[in-house]
Amino acid sequence: MSTASPNARLVSLTVNGRPVARLAAPRTHLADFLREGELLTGAHLGCEQGVCGACTLLLDGEPVRGCLAYAVACEGRAVTTIEGLDQDEIAARLREAFTAEHALQCGFCTPGMLISARDVVERLPDADDARVRVEMSGNLCRCTGYVGIVKAIRRVLEDRKAR
Amino acid sequence: MKPVDFDYVKPATLAAAVDLLAQGNGSVKAIAGAQSLGPMLNLRLVQPELLVDVTAIPELLGTREEAERIVIGAGVTHARLEDGDTSERTRAVLAQIASGIAYRAVRNRGTIGGSLAHADPAADWLVCTTALGAELLLVGAAGQRIVSAAEFVVGGFETMLAPDELIVEVHVPRLSAGSRWGYYKVCRKRGEFADASAAVLVDDARGFHRCVIGATSGRPIVIDDSRPLSELAGAAAVAEALSPTALAADAFAIQVHAAAVRRAVTAATA
Repeated sequence: MSTASPNARLVSLTVNGRPVARLAAPRTHLADFLREGELLTGAHLGCEQGVCGACTLLLDGEPVRGCLAYAVACEGRAVTTIEGLDQDEIAARLREAFTAEHALQCGFCTPGMLISARDVVERLPDADDARVRVEMSGNLCRCTGYVGIVKAIRRVLEDRKAR
Repeated sequence: MKPVDFDYVKPATLAAAVDLLAQGNGSVKAIAGAQSLGPMLNLRLVQPELLVDVTAIPELLGTREEAERIVIGAGVTHARLEDGDTSERTRAVLAQIASGIAYRAVRNRGTIGGSLAHADPAADWLVCTTALGAELLLVGAAGQRIVSAAEFVVGGFETMLAPDELIVEVHVPRLSAGSRWGYYKVCRKRGEFADASAAVLVDDARGFHRCVIGATSGRPIVIDDSRPLSELAGAAAVAEALSPTALAADAFAIQVHAAAVRRAVTAATA
């Protein structure tokens, strides 16, 4: 993580509820900081230019691109990765629905998909298929053709309405 | 990790940020959400020695309503505008524009000022603030000045910002009750930068009758005249407007830009 850089400094974050302080060069983006420093490899790196969505994670509860947020710029803030959503109620329902609807095959895009899907479920309880597709357009999947992903998210939305 | 080994500083005041930019000899870049500059850094298309993070500067972070305009801090994110951080007559337009920019994860970080300063010809705010007749407050070592969004952009990825200047505020005029607005962009995939875009504003009470064509090879093309919108939307009018640009010889580009204008006009007259 190039802590040998003359520009390296201590970066303090809360990661999945746990305080973390680690030397990092300013060019270290959040996904590298977490993957290489904290061994939290759930956020996947695909394009590293903000297009594919595989590195999407939560910064103070909002989805952001892990490859387009430098760790140093997130000083003092709370990061939640896919590993931090094990006990999260919406994420648990999404995992079940993704399994039931065959919403993943190779799994590379899945961490980012789940983070973005959770945001859709929280923010847009009335989203229909078209809206789900629009909202998920920033996460690329090369296996499923998206049908199962959209169905899985709709399943969770409908379940929550029924309760 | 892909960018060059830049240094980073996050000044707490506007004066400190301007000082840092002024001392940089051009190898300093101001950065806010990093959603435009970030990819360019990761691709090493930009190799600065220092990044000046402007997101802690209070003047850049607020929005306020004035009698004739809405003032948006340059560091306000697209997501805040999408969620209706500003109200009143212009609100729906700003929220509509913001909601179409890239993806929510990008909108949560990317800022209106950052997008304008980056000046990608296909960017939404560049085209829309020009069409809305917005003005920008710039602050630099030599003081402050107000420029129109239309004159701010000099060419593709080029603005009139001096190396020591920052966009501090975006001033969007309040639209009259009878005004009509339309914006359309042609994208092969939702959220991508547009292949062609157009925005139309007709605000008779303010004498405003403007069509802006975006995603050109350079600065947005501004058409200010009182021809009926249906005439502006014709392929001939669009070809004429694009004739001084590098797109003039590209029949496909003229066709998609004409489609964008036609659909923006349809949205404005619906």
